[in-house]
Formats: sequence, structure tokens, C-alpha cells
Amino acid sequence: MPLSRVIFILITLGLPFAFYAVFVLWPFVQAFVYSLTNWSGFSDQFEFVGLSNYTALLKDDIFLKAVRNNLLLALVVPFVTIVLALALATMVTVGGSSTGAVRGLSRSSFYRIVSFFPYTIPAIVIGLIWSQMFDPSAGLVNAVLTGLGLDKFESFAWLGEVSTAMPVTMFVIIWGFVGFYMVLFIAAIKGIPAELYDAARVDGAGRVRMTFMVTLPMVRDTIQTAYIYLGILALDAFVYMAALNASGGPQNSTLTMTQDLFNTAFKKGQFGMASAMGVVLALLTLLFAAIVFAVNRYTGGKDNR
Amino acid sequence: MSTATADTTDSAERRADGARAPEKTSSDRTVTVVSHIVLTLWSIIVILPLVWVFLSSWKTTGEIFSSPLALPQNWSFDNYIGAWRDSNIGRYMLNSVIVVTCSLVLVMILGSAAAYSLARYPFRGSGVIYYLILAGLTFPVFLAIVPLFFVLKNTGLLNTLPGLIATYVAFAFPFTVFFLYPFFRGLPQEIAEAAELDGAGEWRTFAQVMLPMARPGIVAIAIFNFLGLWNQFLLPVALNTNEDNYVLSQGMARFASQAGYAVDFGQLFAAVVITIVPVLAVYIFSQRQLQGSLSQGTLK
Repeated sequence: MPLSRVIFILITLGLPFAFYAVFVLWPFVQAFVYSLTNWSGFSDQFEFVGLSNYTALLKDDIFLKAVRNNLLLALVVPFVTIVLALALATMVTVGGSSTGAVRGLSRSSFYRIVSFFPYTIPAIVIGLIWSQMFDPSAGLVNAVLTGLGLDKFESFAWLGEVSTAMPVTMFVIIWGFVGFYMVLFIAAIKGIPAELYDAARVDGAGRVRMTFMVTLPMVRDTIQTAYIYLGILALDAFVYMAALNASGGPQNSTLTMTQDLFNTAFKKGQFGMASAMGVVLALLTLLFAAIVFAVNRYTGGKDNR
Repeated sequence: MSTATADTTDSAERRADGARAPEKTSSDRTVTVVSHIVLTLWSIIVILPLVWVFLSSWKTTGEIFSSPLALPQNWSFDNYIGAWRDSNIGRYMLNSVIVVTCSLVLVMILGSAAAYSLARYPFRGSGVIYYLILAGLTFPVFLAIVPLFFVLKNTGLLNTLPGLIATYVAFAFPFTVFFLYPFFRGLPQEIAEAAELDGAGEWRTFAQVMLPMARPGIVAIAIFNFLGLWNQFLLPVALNTNEDNYVLSQGMARFASQAGYAVDFGQLFAAVVITIVPVLAVYIFSQRQLQGSLSQGTLK
């Protein structure tokens, strides 16, 4: 390899990679080490305590509650978002005439443009908007419900009741992402060769059958990608919680691991313990991705096609 | 509901006499009508909160609490002026623009250079580098946040805008490389080789020949990075706690954390509008190219 090329690679790849290693990779590695210590962060002194941070976490009811909340989010949010986005995308792309070529709904670009709006709004602002919408006395939701004659909603605290805080939070996150994935699925569906639909139609398949026999199998890799991104997001969810219920919600019903981690580190100064929480979060994230890949493969994805 | 039933029977009759007719059948009409209804409902769910926020931004806090549904009594700019000055949204906006612009430019330069180098000149160990970059994508930022705090503290970058820019660049870097790598892989090598035969060095081949050809990918990832960095919340909240350096998302979070009577709700709504409008306006005016390049880029 000529010297000029070596220099080129060092500058274009070596330099950015070194920078990335210092600010991203090195902290990741350090987190694993810190998770084995009792470091409080304010002194340079710490001792290795083995796995005792982890065993303490297993007995920490609040952290376990947070883990359960995150798992619930990871179970519901990706699924509902993707089903809704796919349904809306299907209506836009194959909602038109069933004779002749497969046609999209006419004048559908309006829906596509509007649905994408939330993706341009920062998550913290989405949270703020909806916490105002669901405000017990000044919010639009209760105003509309009482206007319809449902008096029990006059000052119903959506985010203050154990039974509704989590569902409302999920709704807000889903509201923020359906449009983006809808646009993505529309593009994916439009990329499916029209002959496949024509062939299915000749075989007498109706719209529902076509959706399950043609559309879904053809966009399954897009679904897999969407599932993983949404899962990572649901296991984080920090920013939405900061706007909707910064202190964990009624009886910690919307507390997430990330909130617990943040408080443990920056409010309580237990950096060793917080790092252990980070490791648990990372392991759950990897596990989630592995499950999604496994399900896709097991149900006849990529490698079996 | 009743029209739908009527349509179904109607279509059954029609099918009997002319199933092959190329015109729209009634069942088509039903599907089309139902689709329009569902999509309209969803559009309303999306737009209604935004319209309500816009209207509320012209009301006084008193009006907001007395009736959430009423229109503003007089349309004055007080809330907007107050939000911009008293709630410091102007300052936070400026900080955000500085941080996002600098980090976007930097990460696009570093990311495209690294992706190109990795795709064009594979060497022993470049596979390891690729997977290490991929690893940065897989692990949650939360895992790194505690050590990162001390990396910045030890380098004197904690609570500074350059420190924030550095972390933004570092955390946007892996996705940028991951996204652009296939674009550079897909470019024909012959063109680069021809350019080099004509006497262009590595640098000119990269900047003047190959980079322009990867343009669709670069536009798409630039948009993704812009939205991601503009949206960034955890990094500033943990690493940038000096109020003078707050970015927009932190300024907005302050409204949420001051829950109760201290909040001027009129200003809150005005601040939300100020935050949303610039990006939303750019999106509406360029939505065709934007959605095109986003979906083109993502499905690659």
C-alpha cells in the first residue's frame, strides 16, 4: 500500500475512530468495570465489590418495578406502533380500486404529510404537549369528555392514577412514532413488484389475503428494523417520562430503569450501582434484539426465503 | 355502518351481472371510504393537539385555566415575547443552533470520510473496526453516561458547549458510518480507479468524485442526524448543567419540572410553538424531497 494511501486512511478513518473510541467505546468499557465497584464518584477511592451491586439490584423492589415497566413498554409500544403504521400504510397504498393495476388511495399525500408531523417535534416537547392535553383541569381531553356529558372526567388525573398513567404514556410514545414508520412502510410497500399483487389477484385473493400473503412477507425486514429501534426506544423512554411524570408516576407505575439510573448516579452519587443498572439495561437491549432476530428467522425470514 | 352494509349487498348484486367490468366496484368504494375515514381520524388525532397548543399560546394563563376550549380573547404577542425573553427560549434556541450546526457539520465530515475509507480500502483489521463501530450503535447511551461524565470532567469539557458538541459528534458517528458504508460499497470501483489513473490522489478522488455520487445517502443521513441531535435530551441533561449553556430541549424540560403555580402556561405554549414551527415549516416546504430521500436511504 503506497504511503499516501496509508496517510489517507489514518486521517479519514484513524482519527475519527480514535475520537469515537475515547468518547463512546472507552466509557462503555469503563461502565462494566465501575459496575463491580462501590464508587461514589466524589472521591478517587473505590473498592471492587464483585457482583454485590447486581445482587443488591435483584433485591431492590423499586428497580425491579422499573424493569417490569420497561418490559411492558417494550412489549406494547413496538407492537402497537407497527400494527397501526402498517394498517395506515396499507390503506394508503392499496386502498384504491381493486380492478386493473393495484392503486393507492387518491389524494393520500395529505395523510402522509400530516402523519409525519410528530417526527419533526422533539420528544420532550411531545411529552409537554400531551401532559397539557391530559391536564386534569386545563387539558383538552377532559374538556372534550365533559363537553360530551361524561362528568366523571371533570378533573380526572390521567397521569396521576395508577390505572391510566402507563397506558397514557404508551399512547404518547406511539403517537410520536406511528407517522414515521407509516412513511417508511409506504415506501417499502411501493417497492414491492406490482406483478406479485397482480398474480395474487388472478388467484382470487382479496385485500385481506393480499396483505397477509404478499405485503407482510415482502416488508418483513423493514418490520424487523422498526421493531428493534422501537424496542430500544421503549427500554429507554427517559425523555417521555421526564415530561409526563418526572418522579416515576403514581406508585412508581411509570418509573423506568433509565430514570432510576439517572437518579442513582447524579442525585445519589452511587456511580457503581448506576453503572450496574446500565449493564442490566444493555443486556436487556441485546436480548430484545436477539429475540426479534430469532423470531424473524424462525417464522421464515431472510434466510429461508 | 348502515351505508357499509348497503354497499356490500349492492356489490354482490353487481358482481352477478358484470364482475369483469373495469370500473370501480362498490366494495372498492366501501374500502376507499373506510380508508379515508380511518386516515382522517388519525390525522385529526395528530393535528388536534397542535392546533390546541397554537390557540392556547395566545391566551393568558387565567384564560387557559378557565376554559380549555375557548378561543383567545385578544391576540397579543405577550406570551411569545415573554417566552423568548423571560423564559430564555431565545438563548436556548441560539445554543441549540450552535451545538447542532457544529456537530452536524463535524459528524458528516468524519462519518463520510470514515465510511468511505472503510468501504474502499479494506485492510487487515478493518472488519474489527467496523464491528466496534456497530457495537456503539447497539449499546444504550445510558450505559456510557456515568463514565462519559468523568471523561468530560477530566478533560475540562463538562458543562461547556464544545464538550456537548464533542459528545454529539461521537454518538452520532456510528450510525452515520453504518448508514453510509453500504452507499460507498455500492459505488463502482472502476470510477475511482479511473480517477486515480488520471492523476487524482486519494483526497481528490474522495471529495470530487466519490462523495458527490453518494449524495442521496448523505442527504438522508444528514436529515436523520439533524432531527436526532435537535431532539437530543439525555446528553445535555447529564453533561451540560450550566443554565447559560442550556439547549432548547433542556429549556423545555424546565417547564415540565417546575410543575405547579410557578409555570406561566401561556409562555409554555408559546415556547412549544416557537420550538416546533421552524422545523415543521422546513418539513412542509421540502416534504417531497425529504420523504423521498429518507425512505430511499433507509430501505437501502
